[in-house]
Amino acid sequence: MTGEHIVRSYDTDIDELVNTISEMGGLAESQVAGALAALTRRDVEAAERVITADARLDEIEEKVDQMSIHLFARRQPMARDLRLIAMSLKISNDLERVGDYAASVAKRAKRLDPGLQLNAIGSLGRMGALVQDMLTDVLDAYIERDDRQAMSVWHRDAEVDDFYDSLFRELITYVLEDPRTTSACIDLLFIAKNLERIGDHATNIAERVHYILHGDRINRVRSEPA
Amino acid sequence: MSEAPQTSTAPRAPAPQVAHAPIEGPRDAKMRTRAVNLWYGDKQALFDVDLDVNRHEVTALIGPSGCGKSTYLRCLNRMNDTIDICRTEGEIYLDDRDIYDPDVDVVEIRARVGMVFQQPNPFPKSVYDNVAYGPRIHGLVNTKAELDELVEQSLTRAALWNEVKDRLGDPGNGLSGGQQQRLCIARTIAVGPEVILMDEPASALDPVATAHIEELIDELRRDYTICIVTHSMQQAARVSQRTAFFHLGRLIEVGETNDLFTNPQQQMTQDYITGRFG
Repeated sequence: MTGEHIVRSYDTDIDELVNTISEMGGLAESQVAGALAALTRRDVEAAERVITADARLDEIEEKVDQMSIHLFARRQPMARDLRLIAMSLKISNDLERVGDYAASVAKRAKRLDPGLQLNAIGSLGRMGALVQDMLTDVLDAYIERDDRQAMSVWHRDAEVDDFYDSLFRELITYVLEDPRTTSACIDLLFIAKNLERIGDHATNIAERVHYILHGDRINRVRSEPA
Repeated sequence: MSEAPQTSTAPRAPAPQVAHAPIEGPRDAKMRTRAVNLWYGDKQALFDVDLDVNRHEVTALIGPSGCGKSTYLRCLNRMNDTIDICRTEGEIYLDDRDIYDPDVDVVEIRARVGMVFQQPNPFPKSVYDNVAYGPRIHGLVNTKAELDELVEQSLTRAALWNEVKDRLGDPGNGLSGGQQQRLCIARTIAVGPEVILMDEPASALDPVATAHIEELIDELRRDYTICIVTHSMQQAARVSQRTAFFHLGRLIEVGETNDLFTNPQQQMTQDYITGRFG
């Protein structure tokens, strides 16, 4: 925030909230990384770790809820403080959802046939890397209060959507060519959808960062390339 | 802080130099009141109030006008003694001593339990003399150098020193309202109290001066125990660790400030803090 409050303990409270979101973001990032490792390296242990650690994100979300409620009740926040606290509540919900999707990816990765060799898995790895970068950058944007970085994340979501569309077509083709891959392809399709949703949440966070900084919404219609 | 002797009137160490009392840690009651009933003539103003004021915490008393919160506050240093028709029953302990015991020296009690009022009320004297007054009449210092040091220390603790150090000889009532209130806090601190009672200390001040007083209150609780009456429940929420809600002379609910303002246990508290009556 710009400048310090006369009552210094107010700053301490706000810093604690931001640090908690930051901790939650770090955990969500490592959950996504773990889920992608489980998928691309067929690392069953990584999958298990992701599934178990998900509860921790839920706990931190509840902690953020409590901290925010107490801040509203005790500090009567205004203007940018008000936006920061209200949006932190929503960001923690985004991160909790990211965790759920990561756990879902891990569960599906765990049950894929270890011998399965499909190009789509490599594509999913690349899509996952894209989503991971968005998540990392948007958390930096939140902590650094950096609108340019938030906007860059927001624009990248279109790439993720395109990736999803092409993976969708690719997976449908596999199924049509060899119906024995149907079950695996459905799992991979859900994984693609989960990654796409993680991208959406990163984009949501970018919008929330922009709102914290400027008090207005990003124009939601992306300019489509001609 | 160093504990004052509890029964003697020997000069106590003035305001301690170092804040070494932990804010966190086990909580214990600095003041305890049990079954306090109070009458102004025939009219009963307090009914069976049991309340603890914890060490190194700010306890806020809230409630609608006439609920008894100021009356209760004034019991804590026997300020109600000055009202002829006022009669108090019950037990009011400062540490382990009932301050209404017949052999208690009320002047000593008021030095140990200081008070800051709604309207800043500096004496018509210089800034320096306002702070020096208490230590002089209580004989807390022996030399001018000691007094100078105590005045500086008290003004520093009241977050006023930097604003007045070059005009200690100017009249105290020439300061701004917020500065006058901090001067009154410095005056209270100078006699080395253990508890500070504040009756609406910021209600006559603008929002910025109010924020400075609230920041000061947060600082002071490291060294003192504070009980504050405020009309503003928002202020109670901002400054206190525990909040007590009074209504018609009764203590309705007391709890952690975080809990009381987000999940009060009594319907009446809920109605009051959400602006449904009062």
